Amino acid sequence: MNITDQAPILIIALPLIASLLNIMVGLWRRAFCYPFAVAALGACAALSVNILYAVINNGAIHYRLGGWEPPWGIELMIDHLNAFIAVVVSFMSLIVAVYSKKSIEQELPADKTSYFYTIYLLLATGMLGITVSGDVFNIFVFLEITALAGYALIAIGDDRAPLASFNYVIMGTIGACFYLLGVGYLYIMTGSLNIADLSRLLPDLYHSKVVLVAFAFFMVGIAIKIAFFPLHIWLPDAYTHAPSSVSALVASTMTKVGAYVMLRITFTVFEPYFSSEVVPMTAILGWSAFAAIIFGSILAVGQTDFKRMLSYILIAEVGYIVLGVSLGNRQGFTGSVLHILNDAVMIACLFMVAGAVVYKRGARNLNDFIGLNKKMPVTMAAFSVAAVSMIGVPPTAGFFSKWYLILGSLQAEKWAFAAALLFSSLINAVLFFRILEKVYLKVGTDHSYAEEHEKNPPSPHFSKEGTGGFDEVPLTMLVPIVVLASAIVVLGFFSGDIIASVIQFTVPRGF
Amino acid sequence: MIREFEDAIIQTVCRILTPFLQIFALYVIAHGHYSPGGGFQGGCILGASFILMAIAYDINAVKRRMSEKLNTLYCSLGALIYAGIGMLCLILGVNYLDYGVLHKILPVDPVKARALGTLGVEIGVGIAVMAVMVSVFLNIASGGEHEEGAVE
Amino acid sequence: MEFIISKYNYWIYIVLMMIGFYAMIAKRNLVKKLVGMNIFQTAIILYFISIASKKGATIPIIQEAQGAINPAQYVNPLPHVLMLTAIVVMVSTFGVALALIIMIYRKYRTLDEDEIIEILRGKK
Repeated sequence: MNITDQAPILIIALPLIASLLNIMVGLWRRAFCYPFAVAALGACAALSVNILYAVINNGAIHYRLGGWEPPWGIELMIDHLNAFIAVVVSFMSLIVAVYSKKSIEQELPADKTSYFYTIYLLLATGMLGITVSGDVFNIFVFLEITALAGYALIAIGDDRAPLASFNYVIMGTIGACFYLLGVGYLYIMTGSLNIADLSRLLPDLYHSKVVLVAFAFFMVGIAIKIAFFPLHIWLPDAYTHAPSSVSALVASTMTKVGAYVMLRITFTVFEPYFSSEVVPMTAILGWSAFAAIIFGSILAVGQTDFKRMLSYILIAEVGYIVLGVSLGNRQGFTGSVLHILNDAVMIACLFMVAGAVVYKRGARNLNDFIGLNKKMPVTMAAFSVAAVSMIGVPPTAGFFSKWYLILGSLQAEKWAFAAALLFSSLINAVLFFRILEKVYLKVGTDHSYAEEHEKNPPSPHFSKEGTGGFDEVPLTMLVPIVVLASAIVVLGFFSGDIIASVIQFTVPRGF
Repeated sequence: MIREFEDAIIQTVCRILTPFLQIFALYVIAHGHYSPGGGFQGGCILGASFILMAIAYDINAVKRRMSEKLNTLYCSLGALIYAGIGMLCLILGVNYLDYGVLHKILPVDPVKARALGTLGVEIGVGIAVMAVMVSVFLNIASGGEHEEGAVE
Repeated sequence: MEFIISKYNYWIYIVLMMIGFYAMIAKRNLVKKLVGMNIFQTAIILYFISIASKKGATIPIIQEAQGAINPAQYVNPLPHVLMLTAIVVMVSTFGVALALIIMIYRKYRTLDEDEIIEILRGKK
């Protein structure tokens, strides 16, 4: 068999089979689960790069499952956008999997770790499945695989995690069911589920009420799944109380994959003409994204819990992505797709830092960051890079996507959107400099830290750090953090290349 | 929550019924590609027969016949048969789940090979569904402890 | 009136879906929410099965090859297949949600959302 020809299916089948084998590996030797999962995800990452190269060189890949011809058979369809998202997802899952070893050992009972990696691999399967699928119903199935794995992983977090996860189940199911209804309405109009086939059949039916209803169901369903502003309420709880490595993965990839589905539905299944002219969907999305950015940023200011603050920032970041899409011009779309990559890296890095602090200090309050530069200099340096990138300071990756988004807003003459982007950057600056100040400038705070812990003695596991000693997290946690932090800088330098070789081909026709 | 209780009628009826249920389940699985039925439905019936035992007797009655480990193994084994048959087609040089190619390793013609491939997948699905049904029931009935009366 | 009666299955689907939706959003008891979720998903299954059905059609299994096949004689199998998958998804969601409910009950000793929120406030 030819690996390149079969790569589209292997990228789903490999983590799936690995997750099933992982159960057996876990029954045999529990310690082998972690290397096994990492190896499987590493192979996935290699495959995704292989696919990306194939797409760049030869154009879109169409893969027929079972040899049946689409639209009757199931088709996997990969173009530049899919391949790009698949690379992001597979690399993020790999890096977070490497990171998860120690933090999971601390947060989970030992006999549950094998199940953790099984579900983790299933989550990766689901997300990769969404990205390579060329069929609207299969996207639903993979969305649900992803969501179910996500519910389970979030529920193993701290005390309040089950409740947060339950609310997520309810909201997520509503979202998925709405999506399914959208699929059903499209099916009765066209008799097809294949994305390419749908985009060929739909233009004649654009003014049918059924198609409009289907579109509305799709949009609401996906908006719930990506925690788009008015429907975001499940996200902060779920992501705050999840285990640290799970938050890092879920925050960086799940919303991005959802955003990808939104792009597919609005611009491939339906044409840009439909989404902007027939229904004013892009206008609605744009103003909701505007609200998401403003409210996400403002709510983030009020938080004292670091992970909760990041969750609200994530809501604003989802707003960024949708905002760029809604502008309906080349710059905005480029900014959005680039931001999918940059935000995945930045948010994952920040959540990993949060996880590292939890690992060492057992708490994630902003005050726990005081004086950390002495104890965890490397982690804090990585944190500074990610924070600076989040604010959007030039050499880092965060600057470039914001730059394109602002250019797009100006080109579309949506001054309010540009103002919102700047406002959010300003808020981010306030937020992160407040923490950086605690990390680097507050000296003599060991005292206050000790005082605080006298009232509230930490569990013996966390108290082994001395005062002022050098106390860095284990290497399996440190390396991923550093890799991501350097990726932020490197991606910044290469963003021009990324746009030239991949992203410019993802922009839909008519922009 | 399930406690052992003695009711001769229920226990006897369930014990008589169970073998017939299981045979019927196997029939549904085996005829999935000729008539209504298939892996999902047959697996559900097979799982129901175990759940019936758990209700009529207690969880231990099921655990004696299928331990937690074995159950977990069945869960992954069933799905692995499915994915494995797909991979087998892939290794034989065609696309995933293109069963026709199985005639290269089976002594039958491609049409028959396609039917046999589907049957293999149905069996895998049946095992997985049965194991998952039993596992869901046992876990929820015992609060994840797999023990009698573990939910307070 | 004719319109309502001739399409009664779609009306039932809408009513069921709204009942389920209401229960998911408005009920304060977590188990009731879950029951609402199940009703909601069942309504969607009813909808999909309705779009597949044809008057006087039979199950789509062809016994022997007998020349040209008249598609009007058979119901559309595809929505049924989709719903088989959706049922599996539904069962798994239900299982995960029940497991979560057990965890929540162990922690708070109640399944009423208001009482849980009160307990959480009391903790702070």
